[in-house]
Amino acid sequence: MIHPIPPGTRDILPDEMRELRRLHLALIEVFESRGYGEVATPAIEYDDVLARGDGRTADSAYRFFDESGELLALRSDMTVPIARLVASRFVDAETPLRFCYLANAYRAVRPQRGQMREFAQAGVELIGAPAPAGTVEVIEVLEAALDAAGLDRAVIGLGDLFRQLLTEFGLEGEVRDAILSRLATHDLVGLEAELSQAGIDDEHVATCVALSQLRGGREVLEEARKLGGAAVERATERIGETFEALEAKGAASRVQVDLGLLRDLGYYSGAILEVYDPALGHVLGGGGRYDDLLRRFGVDLPAAGFALYLERVHVAKLEEESRRGAPS
Amino acid sequence: MSVEVAGTAAAKPDGSLKLAVPRGSLLEGTLDALDAAGVDTAAVRGESRALIFPGERITLVTMRPSDVPTYVEAGAADVGITGKDVLLEQSDRMAYELLDLGYGRCRMVLAGRKGDERLGETQRRLGMMRIATKYPRIAERHFESTGRQIETIEVKGSVELAPLIGLADGIVDLVATGRTLEENNLEVREEILECTARFVANRVAHKLRGAEIDELTAKLREATAG
Repeated sequence: MIHPIPPGTRDILPDEMRELRRLHLALIEVFESRGYGEVATPAIEYDDVLARGDGRTADSAYRFFDESGELLALRSDMTVPIARLVASRFVDAETPLRFCYLANAYRAVRPQRGQMREFAQAGVELIGAPAPAGTVEVIEVLEAALDAAGLDRAVIGLGDLFRQLLTEFGLEGEVRDAILSRLATHDLVGLEAELSQAGIDDEHVATCVALSQLRGGREVLEEARKLGGAAVERATERIGETFEALEAKGAASRVQVDLGLLRDLGYYSGAILEVYDPALGHVLGGGGRYDDLLRRFGVDLPAAGFALYLERVHVAKLEEESRRGAPS
Repeated sequence: MSVEVAGTAAAKPDGSLKLAVPRGSLLEGTLDALDAAGVDTAAVRGESRALIFPGERITLVTMRPSDVPTYVEAGAADVGITGKDVLLEQSDRMAYELLDLGYGRCRMVLAGRKGDERLGETQRRLGMMRIATKYPRIAERHFESTGRQIETIEVKGSVELAPLIGLADGIVDLVATGRTLEENNLEVREEILECTARFVANRVAHKLRGAEIDELTAKLREATAG
């Protein structure tokens, strides 16, 4: 007899489970060796606690009442639960705090899109270390994790610009949000249209459009500065500092500066990270800085982190191995 | 200290760039634009029934326009061309929309039978219209944003049929010349939006094959300008 399971969930059978377990252990070992202690938190939390971290209600897709009528929700990532954990248990602890995890998270899916409702994430949170040093540390851990997974061709996109650039051009509130949401949905045609209606000089529109397309190595920062004036100079300062600090540590070779990178409009406040591998058409993971998130839980600490989608990393790992012709 | 230029050399994926080409009404304009941008399209223009036309730098993959976002999102095609109507209808598909190519211009409209007051009448009496369409999301978004409720009836074939034999009060559909509406005694009641062909890219390819994609974007921009 066939008994169905919900779309977007799956069973994992022994062969795959063994491989996943090896990958899981390799990643946790990288994190632990750099001082990130593994934590676990409940998959179910109080809805109002999760919502404190992330106002976008669409993200916690599964809510239900418990036996005493409390509204519970399944977590949609580990960043918010760890912020909650830090605020509850580590208020007076010495910073920076370093945590890692491998945990399932839950999101809504569109039917017939091959999206997962339940998926495993492996990641770290670095709390109490400001930019640029904290960001650089997180990127170094991410690079070590990608090496451990055998993804030698993987690239880390590093963005952090547009929000600040728009502020420099005097764009605030709804206009700014409309522009950012075009960028977050990768609609560069709409971005140009939205910018030209924003009431700024044509020259600034052209600068913003050109910047949104710039991605590459160190030369990108120079091109950006050439493009435009004091506003761009100030807006690229932060990402420039981060990139230079990475270079100084010899950790910049797989980092791609991406001035148009924007993941979503959630809790990110500074640097934004995204991970790609040529073996897979989907993004492997992402992260960035969220210096305001902890404050929403009553602790004012800067923070940064990343999460990798474990299953996607696994698929990319297998693709890379078969490309190299050297199965593990 | 010497520093490598990041992200480009190390991550260059193998093989030619796969470009999803829409069959159907956008095909002619797409091939013209690609020719003007220096991409060889002779093989696609021939009598061949093949779906894939390999090239040294760019491989053309032909498919239905509505499948382009699916292939591009998954990275099975690195870049592609399709209509804005398709992108709006599948707006949850993640892809970079890089360029408005300007051709394939048509309008998404609400149409009803000539002189027929049924659209207004059912709206007044039932507070709701029945709308047949191949674009349920665009239709729902349009009516929602104008504060009206509709019952969407999704059809696959000739939408014009629906109001003629009483399946729906009106239709939401793409109109290029308006001849089909005219011949079926239908008329445009509201303009919803204007659609043109768009150049799109997979999220990962846009980052890892940036130089190639930017070059093609620039050439297409030049080829379709004005």
